[in-house]
Amino acid sequence: MRILRDVYIIGAGETRYGELWERSLRELAVEAGLRAIENAGVYSRDVEILYGSNSLAGIINGQENIGSLISDFAGIAHNNIPAVRVEASSASGGAALREAYLAIKSGEYDLIMVGGVEKMTDIYGNELLNMMGSILDREWESFFGATPAAMAAIVARKYMKDFNVEKEALSMMSINDHENASKNPMAQYKNKLTLKQAMGATNVAEPLTLMDCSPITDGASAILLASDRYMKKNKLEGAMVLGSGISQDYFAVHNRESIYTLNSAKIAAREALKKAGKKLDDISLVELHDSYSIYGLLELEDLGFAEKGKAKHLVYEDIKAGGRIPVNTSGGLKAKGYPLGAVGISQAVEAYEQVMGKAGQRQLKSVDSVLLHNMAGTGSTSVVHVIGGE
Amino acid sequence: MGELSRFWRESDHRYRLVAHKCGNCDRVYFPPRDVCPTCHRESVGKMEPIDLSGKGEVVSYTVVHEAPTPFTRQKPYILAIIKLDEGPSLTGQIVDSDPEEVDMGKRVHSVFRKVAEDGKSGIIQYGYKFVLD
Repeated sequence: MRILRDVYIIGAGETRYGELWERSLRELAVEAGLRAIENAGVYSRDVEILYGSNSLAGIINGQENIGSLISDFAGIAHNNIPAVRVEASSASGGAALREAYLAIKSGEYDLIMVGGVEKMTDIYGNELLNMMGSILDREWESFFGATPAAMAAIVARKYMKDFNVEKEALSMMSINDHENASKNPMAQYKNKLTLKQAMGATNVAEPLTLMDCSPITDGASAILLASDRYMKKNKLEGAMVLGSGISQDYFAVHNRESIYTLNSAKIAAREALKKAGKKLDDISLVELHDSYSIYGLLELEDLGFAEKGKAKHLVYEDIKAGGRIPVNTSGGLKAKGYPLGAVGISQAVEAYEQVMGKAGQRQLKSVDSVLLHNMAGTGSTSVVHVIGGE
Repeated sequence: MGELSRFWRESDHRYRLVAHKCGNCDRVYFPPRDVCPTCHRESVGKMEPIDLSGKGEVVSYTVVHEAPTPFTRQKPYILAIIKLDEGPSLTGQIVDSDPEEVDMGKRVHSVFRKVAEDGKSGIIQYGYKFVLD
């Protein structure tokens, strides 16, 4: 028997993103969850299972078993509602969304909460960089002094040389993120960024400067996923999860045949678009995983919006909110923020709000479908979702 | 970060660049792997140790300014992906040169160096770095 069940995002909520010194891991998670519950118009006791996504709580906050923690403080452990954590580094959120999507699709559940949380400022400065090293291959990259920024920088240098790309093109990704985040009340940075500021910022890993690198962010985002049956029975509305794709590449950058090709993104996007029955032309908005500006360009190419080496032609006009392929109306990872394990859900919140016409000042005129790309580390895992109207 | 056995068990690979060669397709892998990603089960039990020359060329590089705590004393340092003559690529530092002298495509060879130390009383970690030919 073929099970045909459509899956909808029926509500979304999140905390403000930023350096939230006074807020704890559990407080952030619960706040986002409660806002999503309220937004969807359901009750938390009706949720059948919670999928939590998080990347580094084990080493940053000294806390594992996050599913139990959040379920308890959300008050639903009292109702014996199960909770698990999905971990795929900075793609944890996308992976959790996909697991929940499959669980509803399979017919097992009708209402699921998916929440992502990362509380990063419990560890300071260079010590946090040690922990970020666990996103890479600890023994064969980080051991020798690699950081996520350093690996992105190595990729950027070769890319810029092979395709004659100026540093300015990378900065344009960050400038676009900041421009869009200035209209997002939840964003970490609402200041606009000038080219001079972006180019002149301090070096992190050459050729990348501080303004090519996403910040350290505390934050949580949550959505409620429901089956079409549940949604209609309760007279709710939602944005449909039209397609989902996931793929993998070699873990360490040095093992990939081309260091500036994100194979995982290519394959996951192809899969998600095919399942959604959509073409790139149907995509009204792309939320990219631009943890480092260079990845924004690589993703535009590997998701299919430009040929390899040609994304530089899109970053000046096309990616703007009013452009041909709007990118990161949320403010993206650079300016909305980069709470590792929450990113995939943060993107889903933006998709939901844009599709439902709830994006306030950021609202795009007509939205068919939104493509979300959530990536682990340097591109080892990619999760792509296509969200749209019916 | 980490205990002695975590570093000790990789000594052959980090001190002498011992790799694995697939007995089925002859591809060389560094770090060693128990399964060849091309031959899968055909390779099981056929992955043989092989010494690498340590010679290769710079694929790309960066100069790291924001460094994790074990490396803060070394910054700024040059980190590169090196393609070795036997086929595999790896990530390591380029030392004894100024960043201006390093470039993509330049030839390098491996040297045995101290990589990092775990505070004042922790383990001193050794391994390969690279210098320009």
